[in-house]
Amino acid sequence: MRGEESVMEGTGISAYEEFWQGSRDTLPLVLGAIPFGITCGVMGLAAGLSGGEMMLMSLTVFAGAAQFISITMFSAGVSGWGLYVFTTLLVNLRHLLMGASLAPHMTRLPLAWQAVLAFGMADETYAVTMNRTLATGYHPNYHLGANLTMYIAWGASTAVGALAGSMIPNPLDWGLDFAMPATFLAMLIPRLKERRSLIVCIVSAVVALAGALWLPGKWYIIAAAAAAMLAGGILEGGGTCAD
Amino acid sequence: MRTEIVGIILGMAAVTFLTRFGALALFHRTGIPSWFGRWCRHLPTGILTALVVPGLLMPSGQLDISLNNHYLLAGLAAAFMAYRFQNILLTLGVGFGVMFSLRGLWM
Repeated sequence: MRGEESVMEGTGISAYEEFWQGSRDTLPLVLGAIPFGITCGVMGLAAGLSGGEMMLMSLTVFAGAAQFISITMFSAGVSGWGLYVFTTLLVNLRHLLMGASLAPHMTRLPLAWQAVLAFGMADETYAVTMNRTLATGYHPNYHLGANLTMYIAWGASTAVGALAGSMIPNPLDWGLDFAMPATFLAMLIPRLKERRSLIVCIVSAVVALAGALWLPGKWYIIAAAAAAMLAGGILEGGGTCAD
Repeated sequence: MRTEIVGIILGMAAVTFLTRFGALALFHRTGIPSWFGRWCRHLPTGILTALVVPGLLMPSGQLDISLNNHYLLAGLAAAFMAYRFQNILLTLGVGFGVMFSLRGLWM
C-alpha cells in the first residue's frame, strides 16, 4: 500500500483529461455490463416490479449481482424486508475489501467526495481505478470518470430493459433468466485456476444445492457463503492472531 | 410505486453504500486487518458459485440433470467459453446462442 502519496499526483495531464481517460478505460467493461443491465430491467418487470421501481433500484443500489438476486426473490414471492437486505449485505461484503485497498489513496479528499466516489464503486470501476492507481497513481477525476460512465450505462441499460420488458410478453419462454447464471459464470470460471478457489467452489456448490433443495427461500445463498468463508478461512490458515 | 417495495429497495441501497463506504470510514488509518482479508478472500468465489449452480441444475426448483434442462446445456457451453477465452461477451453470446437454439427461437 502506498499510503504517503498525494491526491493530485499522476501523469501530469490535466484534471479534465484524467476524467475522460477514466471514462475511456471503463468503456470495454461497460460493453459487458449493458446486456446484463438490459436483462436486469426485463427480468425486473417479469418479476412484477414496475419500471419506476426498477429504475429506483438501479440508480440507488447500483450493484448488479445484488439486484439480480433480489429480482429472483421478488419473482419467487419472498416476503420480508430483512432477507432482502441481509442477502444484499452479504453479496456486497466484497466491497469492503475493495474499499480498503483504495482507502489509503482517498483519505486526503474531502469526506463528501469520498462518499460520492465510494457510492460509484462497482467491480468494474474498482478494477479500472486500481489498475491505473498501481500504474501511474490515484487521481479522483479518473475515478469519477470511471464511476460516472458505468453509472450512466447501468441506468440507461436498465431503462432499455424495462421498456423492452413491457413489450416482451413472456421473457421466461426465451430463457432470458439465463443471463444471471451466465454472467456470474463468466466471472467465476477465471477464479478457479487456483486450487484453493476450486475447493471453495466445490464446497459452496454442494451446500448451495442442498440448501436450495431443503432450506426455505433464498437462505441457501447465505448458507453457501458461510461455508465458503469457513472453507476459505481454513485453507488460508485463518484465525485472528498476527501472521 | 408500492411502499413496501420502495422500502426494500432503499434498505438494499443503504447496506450497499455501507459496504462501499465502510472501509473508508473504518480502515483508512490502520489498513485492513490481515485476518479479515484471509477470511473474506474466497467469499466472492463462494457467492458466485451459489448464484450459478442452483440456477443451472435446478431452474424450476427441482434437481434436473438431463438433456431437457436447457439452462444446464447452455451453462456448460458458456462455462467452456469462459474457461477458454475469459471474455464476458463471448461467454454470454454463445450461452444465449445455445439457449435460443434449444428454445427454437431462430425459426
